[in-house]
Amino acid sequence: MAAALEVRGVNKRFGGLQALDDVNLTVEEGRIHAIIGPNGAGKSTLLNCFVGRLKPDSGTVMFHGQSLLGILPYQVNQAGVSRVFQTPEIFGDLTVLENVMIPALAHRDGIFEMNAMKPLRRETDIRKEAVDVLEDIGLQDKLDMTASSMSRGDKRRLEMAMGLVQKPKLLLLDEPTAGMSRADTNNTIEVLKHISDTRSITMIIIEHDMHVVFTLADRISVLAQGHVIVEDEPENIKGNIKVQEAYLGGAH
Amino acid sequence: MELSAILLQVLNGLDKGSAYALIALGLTLIFGTLGVVNFAHGALFMIGAFCSVTLQRLLSISTVTLDETKTDFLGNPAKITTPYVETWFGPEVGSAIIDWSVPLAILFAIPIMLFIGFAMERGLIKHFYKRPHADQILVTFGLAIVLQEVIKYFFGANQIPAPAPDAFIGSFDFGELIGMGAGTLMYPYWRIVYFLFALIIIAAVFCFLQFTTFGMVVRAGMADRETVGLLGINIDKRFTIMFGIAAAVAGLAGVMYTPINPPNYTIGMDFLVISFVVVVVGGMGSLGGAVLAGFILGILESFASMRQVIELIPGINQVVIYLAAIVILLARPRGLLGRKGVMES
Amino acid sequence: MFGLSRGDAVLWLFVLLLVLAAPILLNPFPESSALAQFNAGYPDLMQRFLIFGIFAVGFNILFGLTGYLSFGHAAFLGAGSYAGVWMLKLLTINVLPAIIISTLVAGLFSLLIGYISLRRSGIYFSILTLAFAQMSFALAASVLTPITGGETGLQTALNDPRIFDAANTTGNIPAPSLFGMTMGDSHQVAVGDWLWTFNVGYYLCAFVMMIAFYIAIRIFRSPFGMMLKAIKSNNERLSYTGINPRPYTLAAFVISGMYAGLAGGLMVAMDPLAGAERMQWTASGEVVLMTILGGVGTLIGPVFGAGLIKYFENIFSKINESLLQTWFSFLPDGVSDFVVTVIYPFVGKGWHLTLGLVFMLVVIFLPGGLVGGINGLYKRIFNKSNQAN
Ligand SMILES: Nc1ncnc2c1ncn2[C@@H]1O[C@H](COP(=O)(O)OP(=O)(O)OP(=O)(O)O)[C@@H](O)[C@H]1O
Ligand SMILES: [Mg+2]
Repeated sequence: MAAALEVRGVNKRFGGLQALDDVNLTVEEGRIHAIIGPNGAGKSTLLNCFVGRLKPDSGTVMFHGQSLLGILPYQVNQAGVSRVFQTPEIFGDLTVLENVMIPALAHRDGIFEMNAMKPLRRETDIRKEAVDVLEDIGLQDKLDMTASSMSRGDKRRLEMAMGLVQKPKLLLLDEPTAGMSRADTNNTIEVLKHISDTRSITMIIIEHDMHVVFTLADRISVLAQGHVIVEDEPENIKGNIKVQEAYLGGAH
Repeated sequence: MELSAILLQVLNGLDKGSAYALIALGLTLIFGTLGVVNFAHGALFMIGAFCSVTLQRLLSISTVTLDETKTDFLGNPAKITTPYVETWFGPEVGSAIIDWSVPLAILFAIPIMLFIGFAMERGLIKHFYKRPHADQILVTFGLAIVLQEVIKYFFGANQIPAPAPDAFIGSFDFGELIGMGAGTLMYPYWRIVYFLFALIIIAAVFCFLQFTTFGMVVRAGMADRETVGLLGINIDKRFTIMFGIAAAVAGLAGVMYTPINPPNYTIGMDFLVISFVVVVVGGMGSLGGAVLAGFILGILESFASMRQVIELIPGINQVVIYLAAIVILLARPRGLLGRKGVMES
Repeated sequence: MFGLSRGDAVLWLFVLLLVLAAPILLNPFPESSALAQFNAGYPDLMQRFLIFGIFAVGFNILFGLTGYLSFGHAAFLGAGSYAGVWMLKLLTINVLPAIIISTLVAGLFSLLIGYISLRRSGIYFSILTLAFAQMSFALAASVLTPITGGETGLQTALNDPRIFDAANTTGNIPAPSLFGMTMGDSHQVAVGDWLWTFNVGYYLCAFVMMIAFYIAIRIFRSPFGMMLKAIKSNNERLSYTGINPRPYTLAAFVISGMYAGLAGGLMVAMDPLAGAERMQWTASGEVVLMTILGGVGTLIGPVFGAGLIKYFENIFSKINESLLQTWFSFLPDGVSDFVVTVIYPFVGKGWHLTLGLVFMLVVIFLPGGLVGGINGLYKRIFNKSNQAN
């Protein structure tokens, strides 16, 4: 199977801290790849290197043969990579529906479209796409709610809808279920599973919730102190001594 | 261009630069500590200037006596006005007090400015910490207009002179001092005083922030307000005091500026706009940046007003501050010494 | 209707009605009454209401939607004014080309300044725009005198070329007109003790203003407008969503610059004179205040803000002491003197004091400006009654 994302020898320092230490990662197309590891291991930093938020000191990041380094965040997105952030990043002043229509428009129209005279109401297709995704994710009752007034769990789900509506080739999820109730977490698992099965989107998911990880992941990388210490199938990760050490070490 | 001419422009730039630096320092203190954009800061400078004017008037309140031995040109007995201070302290000390009214106004202005600062912060600004910057701008701008109109109501619209003590009238001959020949580099005494005064105030503020516990807490609060609040330190009270100090700094800058430029009610607004440019060029929230930018822009401005420069680039004297601001901001995104993420959205 | 939703169409028609009937509505007091002083229904002032309304509506497209606070928009109004006077001098005394060219010139000017200033955001952006505008002002008043008329200003003259008009070098300087209709012409109607003035220039302003307002509504309700709101809400997120925010903000900047130029063009169409002070920071500050006062990001707010400030400036400033005395002459002597003394500092030359107080009161008690505040009050009352039910 072809690799969707190829990460080779990525290093990143913040002053005296080696946040990423020679990270290698291959994510195969259509798979769900989980990255786990203790707090501060560098998981979010790694994603930042994929989407143009950070530039690694060295290494390469290839997405379907195209380098993701040195291009701007919106170019990364237009190449088919959408990201859900660890702390919800939404358009707080806008409604839930608008929050999802914006990425849908970006997906259809590109980085800039001078459509100042076109009524938004007439964008029925975009609206339908957005509503459909919001239904999948269970936010259909909150279409006209102001996004900032939602609960933290709902904000995460909204952000996931914002990513999904773009039908990305690669979806990056940074702790998508943190702050969610058990029921919402299960619903999220369902949604992601369904999407992965039907649309064959490649996903990278960072999670602390092992239930989520082991239900969804096809493959798991364990990151500790900026280094990938193990990469394997889920069943082999469960009993792995190194992983347990990494987590215990991280708890100190 | 002669060396003496260049030196003269540097010197000329220093007094305006001092005023810019002092106002910008206060603006930055308020912005850095309270996160408030204070458009009324120029008005505080103006009120300071009018403290000078007021004290001078108070000191000159006089008794009128008729002197029968002399007559004026109509043949009436001449009126002799004797200021009360002369009656109280004797003619010599009394007239010296009047002569020194501008420096004395410092003592007069400090409590007034502190009081105005406290009242402003407690009565108005406090309620705007969490409001958008646009609201802060509008409300403090409204306040500035109100203060300005009140001053205009009592003092009229014309410039009112408040001269320096006689001892400081005249110029110091730098030319002779540095051996370039007498009279080549004359610089008014009062401007030297103003510059030194500004340096002292700036140094005092920095020492206060650097070496006192109070200052340490305030600096910590400037960097990260929430954490300091979590430590159980009453940061609000300290910030109120900081506002008073910033108001006093602006006021004193105004007090001492009156001999250089007789104040009228618009002087605050005139300085406010440039001071904002100064603060931003220095970098939002950076005290050192504000002072540095104040002097740089003041000196640039006086250079650009040289005849030779204007002949070379017509109109440059009018625009140099703004041109410099544009160049600096394009070259250095956050001004000279600014930190990332402050007031960028 | 014309691509507007029902609610927006109602709003637009409501404004249209107000604007059409303004000569009547703004003159509610009989001519001979003491309150006639408060009438605002004279052409000169009503034109200014609309012209500054256009300026503020355009400014709101930038500031209200994207949150970028420009302190230099008066430069575009000034540039538009100069361009307009030049067109009246060079081409024709017909105001149509002048208004169009004003808008375009301001558009180009704002493209240049916006392109550079938008490299920074927040207060750094504000200061860049302020610096550009102050430079424009200073240069217009000094070095550029051959183009701008310097401190005296630029105006039409009898011997202007006016290449499209028939030769005319005798008599009076021609007055600006639109296909033969002179801007200054008015038709007066007296009904009882009321006097209504219907002015050609005013109705041209009204026509332009209604188009400008219509376009603003369309922009607010378009995908483009939504992107601008997203920029204000979370600029960085937008770029991770696949949108390049820069061209959107630049487009908004240029559109608002063109509105300013349009306002400048209309200004010289009403009175063919342009001066450098139109570009000064106080003028830029004024449009900021109009927008905030009326309600940032609301459609109609800036129009009200503009009207309110211009009303204060013109009406309050004209009230003098003797006028106050006649109003309160019905009171006993001592009392009337006292009342006059108390009120006097707030009117006439002191009208700024009232303006400052109004600013403060509005921001303190009506966050979100007049329109935002009224909406908030309305919602609060509405919700309370809901809870009661
Ligand atoms: N922009 C930055 N500047 C300096 N240090 C940073 C920066 N971003 C992250 N770090 C540091 O790098 C390390 C890795 O951070 P990162 O956010 O990637 O961890 P993480 O694995 O996502 O942890 P968590 O599970 O808590 O989200 C941390 O020590 C963090 O403090
Ligand atoms: Mg993380």
